[in-house]
Amino acid sequence: MATTVWIVLQHRDGKLHRMSREALCAGQRLAAAVGGTAEAVLLGSKVEGLAAEVGGTALARVLVADDEGLAQYTPGGWVGALAAAAGERKPGYLVMPHTYQTVEYAGRLSQALDAPWVAEAVGLEAGDGGLVWRRPVLAGKLQARVRTRGQPVLVSVQSGAWPADEVESGQAPVEPLALAAGAVAPDREVLGVEQVAGEQVDLTQAQVIVAVGRGVGGPEKMEPLRELAQALGAELAASRPVIDNGWLPRDRQIGSSGQTVAPKLYLAAGISGAIQHLVGMKGSQVVVAINKDREAPIFKIAHYGIVGDLHEVVPALTAAVRETAG
Amino acid sequence: MKIAVCVKQVPDSEARLRVAAGGRWIEEEDLPFVINESDEYALEEGLGLAEKSGGEVVVFSLGPARVREALRKALALGAARAVHLADPAFEGGDALATGRALGAALAQESFDLVLTGSQSDDLGYGSTGSVIAGHLGWPHAWLVMGVEIEEGGKHAKVTREMESGLNEVLRLELPAVLEIQAGLNQPRYASLKGIMQAKRKEIRELAPGDLALAAEQVGAAGSRLELLEVSVPEAGHEAQIFEGDPVAAAASLVEKLRKEARVL
Repeated sequence: MATTVWIVLQHRDGKLHRMSREALCAGQRLAAAVGGTAEAVLLGSKVEGLAAEVGGTALARVLVADDEGLAQYTPGGWVGALAAAAGERKPGYLVMPHTYQTVEYAGRLSQALDAPWVAEAVGLEAGDGGLVWRRPVLAGKLQARVRTRGQPVLVSVQSGAWPADEVESGQAPVEPLALAAGAVAPDREVLGVEQVAGEQVDLTQAQVIVAVGRGVGGPEKMEPLRELAQALGAELAASRPVIDNGWLPRDRQIGSSGQTVAPKLYLAAGISGAIQHLVGMKGSQVVVAINKDREAPIFKIAHYGIVGDLHEVVPALTAAVRETAG
Repeated sequence: MKIAVCVKQVPDSEARLRVAAGGRWIEEEDLPFVINESDEYALEEGLGLAEKSGGEVVVFSLGPARVREALRKALALGAARAVHLADPAFEGGDALATGRALGAALAQESFDLVLTGSQSDDLGYGSTGSVIAGHLGWPHAWLVMGVEIEEGGKHAKVTREMESGLNEVLRLELPAVLEIQAGLNQPRYASLKGIMQAKRKEIRELAPGDLALAAEQVGAAGSRLELLEVSVPEAGHEAQIFEGDPVAAAASLVEKLRKEARVL
């Protein structure tokens, strides 16, 4: 029997999560690689509109589990529904976007199905020895090649690894995915959603950004970076550790849990370049990295770099910029 | 409240990494190890909650002999005792195998709350806590930014980080597993008194047999993911790098940004 690849789509307020389309692309390519068929899976309540939208994709079918208990995401609801449905229909793969929601429930789903989970997949190689997946390890400093044992295989695909605009269009019938009674078991009460600290600073509009990382060493050492930002007419921003330490307010965070930016010039000082940061800034036109470690992953995506102590480099850079401007 | 905190020891993020001979993992000899960052926050959260409720924290870790150092640190910070899944059979596991072993160890006692970090800084699966929750049959939440235990101790109000600057506020029934995000508190430092007391605190060592698990169910043998090799990822393009004298490097960079990239 041909292998079935399920693509589990994430959505909110009637809209697909942008990474759901990347997961569709990954799922279509995976199905092609294993000679199988791709099917989309939608969990929710009253999601006919979304199902019709996904129906315009080259898939064998769009499976819709419509249940009041799935009106709102909960790990218990999602794991219950997917484990029951996968147990019955035996897909070979479940492809998901690597979002915070997926990470929350996929570990539990892998436990329920006793299935491997390739988290944060960035690449796929189909060879004689079976499929090999690539995923980042050690904060992106290294990349691992991993193989799985047993089926189904859960795969969550990292943002930017498969192109959303290369999803193949087509016509897919929408079919109900029946769930056993009691399978959906919400295990939390959702009290509400709140904004984190206001989001007063909109970094997405900035043309130039000076971003500071853990390498700056302390709040008392921020002043030269403020001066550089001023000289460049830039907004000051930071990676997560700087925010967690309280050296800059949370509304200046760039990365997966902060803002996503694409300025003309992005200057990263003391930022090693963990994937969680890179997803927030890799759309920048020109990336400059200053870091003392020549092996830091940030240099992999930078266009220009200075290897050195940022406390020496930054004041020199400020002076050089002022000289040019003057 | 009786609270368990699971911590992992990982390479110091500042350390220079070298791929080991054979290419399967990194060279660990002479590598400095520390408690995983989000696990430190989980430990602090556990210690704070235990103090408020007059309870205690038991710290768990899986790994080789070097892990005792991480456990000693947790004991010095205020954990009452430690459990070390120390047998070599536990090593090299994926999150399924590690979560199975930790889940079995945790099930031997009756905890009100199990805390873990949200993600390890080495393998980064982000799922050990949720696998543990599956084994215990408890609700869980990932990327937790706030924990409030309700009066009576039967429920917790939990704030969970979402994408795009939003937090979700949840109510979970206890016992539960909470996977803590870095940054939700201010981890304390160990006092000299704490360090002295830690020397007398118990570190209990466990092997698979103590958990009614076969060696094939844990570690690399019990895993469904096999790590084939690690390597330095390829660059998308070659960066132009300036090194040496900072003033000269800065001048060269500004020149490039003006004339070549034309962004200044």
